Amino acid sequence: MRVIVKLFATFRDGRFKVREFDFPEETCVLDVIQSLNITPEEIAICYRNGKDAKPDTVLHNDDTLALFPPVGGG
Amino acid sequence: MVGYTGKILRINLTEGKITTEPLNMELAKKYLSGRGLGGKMCFDEVGPDVDPLSQENKIFISAGVLTGTNAPTGGRYMVVTKSPLNGAIASSNSGGYWGAQLKFAGWDMVILEGKAVNPQYISILDDKVEIKDAAHLWGQDVYATTAALLEEFGDPKAKVLTIGPAGENLSMNAAIMNDKFRAAGRSGVGAVMGSKNLKAIVCRGTGKVENAKPDDMKKVLRSALAKIKENGVTGQGLPTYGTAILVNIINESGIFPFKNFQDSYDPDADLTSGETMTEKHLIKKDPCFRCPIACGRYNKWKGGEGGGPEYEAVWSFGGDCGVHDYDAIHVANDLCNKLGMDSISAGCTIAVAMELVQRGYIKQEELEGVPLEFGNSQGMVEWTRKMGYAEGALGAKLAAGSYRLAEAYGHPELSMSVKKLDIPAYDPRGIQGHGLQYATNNRGGCHVRGYMVSPEILGLPQKLDKDSLEGKAGWVKIFQDLTAVIDSIGMCLFTSFALGLSDYTEIINAVTGCNYTDEEILQCGERIWNLERLQNLRIGMTKADDTLPKRLLEVPIQSGSSKGSVHRLPELLPAYYSERGWDENGVPTAETLAKLGI
Ligand code: SF4
Repeated sequence: MRVIVKLFATFRDGRFKVREFDFPEETCVLDVIQSLNITPEEIAICYRNGKDAKPDTVLHNDDTLALFPPVGGG
Repeated sequence: MVGYTGKILRINLTEGKITTEPLNMELAKKYLSGRGLGGKMCFDEVGPDVDPLSQENKIFISAGVLTGTNAPTGGRYMVVTKSPLNGAIASSNSGGYWGAQLKFAGWDMVILEGKAVNPQYISILDDKVEIKDAAHLWGQDVYATTAALLEEFGDPKAKVLTIGPAGENLSMNAAIMNDKFRAAGRSGVGAVMGSKNLKAIVCRGTGKVENAKPDDMKKVLRSALAKIKENGVTGQGLPTYGTAILVNIINESGIFPFKNFQDSYDPDADLTSGETMTEKHLIKKDPCFRCPIACGRYNKWKGGEGGGPEYEAVWSFGGDCGVHDYDAIHVANDLCNKLGMDSISAGCTIAVAMELVQRGYIKQEELEGVPLEFGNSQGMVEWTRKMGYAEGALGAKLAAGSYRLAEAYGHPELSMSVKKLDIPAYDPRGIQGHGLQYATNNRGGCHVRGYMVSPEILGLPQKLDKDSLEGKAGWVKIFQDLTAVIDSIGMCLFTSFALGLSDYTEIINAVTGCNYTDEEILQCGERIWNLERLQNLRIGMTKADDTLPKRLLEVPIQSGSSKGSVHRLPELLPAYYSERGWDENGVPTAETLAKLGI
């Protein structure tokens, strides 16, 4: 299934900004972040299609996952 | 109480008279300093019928009790006055270095009264205070005025606070600037200074501010600094990327207002993100006095360098105007610094004008050949300049701010403001607590009186569902009260990502030598909030003013992750009034006022 992963702030260092992946069915958030060498503790905000997701949230075809480390305010 | 200098400088510009008076310590105990004490004195000395731009209005430039101490970020001051925008108590906060100099010079507060016959400026060197002719400075921009005054004063350690042409022109978007790039931005405070024919205050202090309990201070500072360093936001996010790091977060959350809130998602937001700023524009960090966070940016752009835009300005001139040209956003922000304008309201006014053009209310023949369409960066910059100088018929209308502009064209509902103050860069339709905070905010549409984005988006101190109403009224009240405390001691609100109420209480006690409890400190914040509310009520505001623009209550967000949402204010407001101990019309009850000792 097709999943778009968007990375922000320091998560982009040595990785990418946006990339489309082909993951097997039943892939969850934890599988994706592990494949990117990111630990759940490093994540401050995790959105699946703009809504809060958890490490065990299962992804679906055409989902967009957005990952942020602790960042900022203004 | 230590921390206070105990002295107030009162300057009557009509009579050219300078007097000093002791700080009322009883009031300081109840209202702290900064926003709280300045607000209380403004409430007592400036009556409800005073025209804000008349000589009867006064300006209270009020430093914090921690300003000038070694408390982290302890360098801030407040400009408190009756706002020309809406009559509320304006208290605009600024960082930089000027506030600390005022304390070093031995003053907790400067009160400005009356109106000078000719343009004047004030020079402060410790207790040597003079009113001087400013004919040569009137009409000059902030940078030129700052350079000229530093040269005249002859001490490179002096700091300059000044208005620009926008303040002289009595623009409702006029700010008071200090250290060139720092602004007491909101509520039109620069116009009040301009109305007094006062151009600037140059200040140098050679004293220092003591702590009552130096050993306690060492201990609490160590702990506070460690928390600031360890916190992801204050230790990494803000220092690395500045506040513009929010662009992508807020956009992905579906609450990034686009083209004057006609939508709330910008597909190209990354072009103007904090990440992009860091990569392409950042020269160095530009911290305020004693700030370990250093969110300020010193940037470069095509044709210039200087203070970089904050998140709010990136949005107001960027997403809100449909502009993605980061150089142009930097230029517009620089114009705000130079001409002395609030970069939030200035950008929002341009965005409202763009919608008035889009809908055909502003006619092409009024545009003097300068484009004013969403997405046109060149037009955005040129109209910002014209607004600053109130140049031409439309430039003068823009200088009156977005509400009066939209009203002049018969469509005040197109101004995305609360109590005529423009709403900043978070669309309340997709963040219910923050929207309640805007609607009930005493000074109007402002994000820094109870930053609910912190729990509702960033998850600090704990994650709340941004779309849920549950418990939000109580959260908003606590955030508003705690913020009133932080604004009234001279520290930066950004410390609150890492510090909690007890940290502030401990720092206040170590500096002042008092023994406040957490409850007493939070109650100071609640007292300040209620007093500001009483000002709104006595100038004739009612429950009807605790609202949001119609679009945000009725028209759902069109795209992005908050698609379909509207703000559900009517469901939240009664709970908020009840949390506050106010009646169903939003009036503080006699018991509430008695409890707070107002
Ligand atoms: S966090 Fe930013 S705004 Fe606050 S004091 Fe530090 S540099 Fe200034």
